[in-house]
Amino acid sequence: MKLLVIEDDRETAAYLAKGLSESGYAVDQSGDGREGLFLATSGSYDAIILDRMLPGMDGLSLLGVLRGAKIGTPALILSALGSVDDRVKGLRSGGDDYLVKPFAFSELLARIEALLRRGAEAPSVTRLRVADLELDLLTRSVKRGDKTIDLLPREFQLLEYMMRNAGHVVTRTMLLENVWDYHFDPQTNVIDVHVSRLRQKIDKRFERPLLHTVRGAGYCLRAQE
Amino acid sequence: MPDSLGLLETAGEVSQPDGKSVADQVAMPERAPSPAPRRLPAIRVLVRGARRLLGTHAFRLAGLYFAVFVLSVLGVLFFVYWVSADFVERQTEATLDAEITGLAEQYAQRGLSGLVQIVAARSAGDRGDGMLYLVINRDGRPLAGNISGWPPGELARSGSLSFHFEVPVNGQVETHPATGKLFAIPDGYRLLVGRDISDAAAYRERIKLTLLWSGLFALGIGLVGGTLMGRNMLRRVELVNRTAERVMAGNLSDRVPRRGTNDEFDQLAAHLNGMLDQIERLMTGMREVTDNVAHDLKTPLARLRARLELALFVPDDPAAQAEAIRTAIEEADRMLATFNALLSIAEAEAGARRQDTELFDLAEVARVATELYEPLAEEQGFAVRLDAEPGTMIHGDRHLLSQATANLLDNALKYGSDGEGGKIEVCVRQTDGRAALEVCDHGPGIPAPDRETVFERFVRLEPSRSTPGNGLGLSLVRAVARRHDATVALSDNGPGLKVRLEFPAAADTS
Repeated sequence: MKLLVIEDDRETAAYLAKGLSESGYAVDQSGDGREGLFLATSGSYDAIILDRMLPGMDGLSLLGVLRGAKIGTPALILSALGSVDDRVKGLRSGGDDYLVKPFAFSELLARIEALLRRGAEAPSVTRLRVADLELDLLTRSVKRGDKTIDLLPREFQLLEYMMRNAGHVVTRTMLLENVWDYHFDPQTNVIDVHVSRLRQKIDKRFERPLLHTVRGAGYCLRAQE
Repeated sequence: MPDSLGLLETAGEVSQPDGKSVADQVAMPERAPSPAPRRLPAIRVLVRGARRLLGTHAFRLAGLYFAVFVLSVLGVLFFVYWVSADFVERQTEATLDAEITGLAEQYAQRGLSGLVQIVAARSAGDRGDGMLYLVINRDGRPLAGNISGWPPGELARSGSLSFHFEVPVNGQVETHPATGKLFAIPDGYRLLVGRDISDAAAYRERIKLTLLWSGLFALGIGLVGGTLMGRNMLRRVELVNRTAERVMAGNLSDRVPRRGTNDEFDQLAAHLNGMLDQIERLMTGMREVTDNVAHDLKTPLARLRARLELALFVPDDPAAQAEAIRTAIEEADRMLATFNALLSIAEAEAGARRQDTELFDLAEVARVATELYEPLAEEQGFAVRLDAEPGTMIHGDRHLLSQATANLLDNALKYGSDGEGGKIEVCVRQTDGRAALEVCDHGPGIPAPDRETVFERFVRLEPSRSTPGNGLGLSLVRAVARRHDATVALSDNGPGLKVRLEFPAAADTS
């Protein structure tokens, strides 16, 4: 997997490159908007991580040009500008995800993984499956083995998001953003309680737990330990 | 604008020094330091004052009005003069025409002798109407009339003519102006009917004089009034300017004095004062916030530093080191959360982006927030009851209101416990078109004197200091409320705390 990092702050760029390389990605770097655009249009990358404020050309314009040229490489915007408006603007300009600086590296990794999957996922899935857990998007029903599991609407959404990202870490912020549409951190462990309730329903009374807590990062739904 | 007076003053001084233009100085460089005329200081002050007065907008305005006033006064006076002079002239002419017509009729009926008889009768004695008659024969000899002779050079002309004649007044002979008409009788005889117009001329002179004096009087009044008006305006503008200068020099509490007349200047002063009040309030608020931020971030920074230092102390124990670093990161995260909360408050307070508002259901916001907190509340022994009237639409920023609602719920969970949980009510209702959101708990509540201070940033009341939190939750709620022109009130829930956000009627918030 090859990533392009367009970031003008040297320290942040070095930190990103090191962290991403250690996580197994091949990383190309650029500290300038124009050069970044050139790389993005000429090379073949699986995802782009870019800053908003860049010399030469700002991140949003860069994305605009890229999308205008019908290049759909998934892009994650990294920015210190964190208001809801800023996010909305970023996503409307062609960004696929928006992460506010400063961020936890685990959060960035989880989001990049989600981005990479989004590109690969077949769009017309109506049934999600993890081990013996099955979620039907049409009938909105959940089964594990041959047992039907009753979920509240929000629990269903939560499970759907986690199943779509099965095998990967999802952070609390990702859940808040994607399941509740909350773009701020409520500072209390509200999410943990929701997840533990969901766990009660899908894992209790079953031999193999599927929903795991990843310490310091978030949660992961996966078949293996 | 505060600079304009100062600028004019300097401009006046620059062009003034010795009354010489730049061209003169260039043409005659050898005489460059030409002796400045020695003026007495008092005169110099006067001249400078006059220059400044002339240069002001107020004075120019007064001057303009004065010019318009002069023009209209002159116009009116000229019109009055023209109308009255013309009237007298017309009257004379009409009288003359009537006399000629009458005499011509007499001539037609009674012949030349009859005419001569009538003219003689009319000429006899002073009838006081100033009428003049003369009939002459072919040789120019008078046959009858009250003027001594035919006016020279007027023999051939017909129509109106003006001439002078001599008249005895009090034993002396005076020459009076007259206007007359000629009537040619067949066989070379001629009749002249005239009128003494010395009275009319005197009348005209009198009008002229009267108009001249009244004109001068009006101009004088205009000049004095204009100057007074200009000076008055100037003085009031200067009051504003002087205050502005003092404020710029750093005295933020200075205000423009008001007269209480509620005229435009008073209103301007009131607006400026209101603006200064607002600026002062914001400045004070900002200073407090900066102080608080600095103070409140020092403690976590000290902890962060201590933990990192701790990691250095144990180089041989990777596990302890990792643990120390991990807690340091948590500390940093808490500080970042504080910063984020501050930024959210600032964002809500900025409130300038009205175009981002949308129409949304407040009940839905309350429902989502309640649903988010419900499991946690249950775990902590609370029972949350939602009583929201669907379709309670308001205009605003949905995300900010979600955050405010979440903060209120968070507070209720943190501080609304009566020992082992309790009840929390979330209520959205609409009364008289005004939407309201209430979050109530049954905990210890907030004593009345503290209900205002808890909205301040970083304020945490004594019993809650030990619980986690940054003291920014209610500050954000208030900032969000202000952004939506809503009121936020804390009251006693007997027992407990009731927080009520009341929004303006939907029609007013668009």
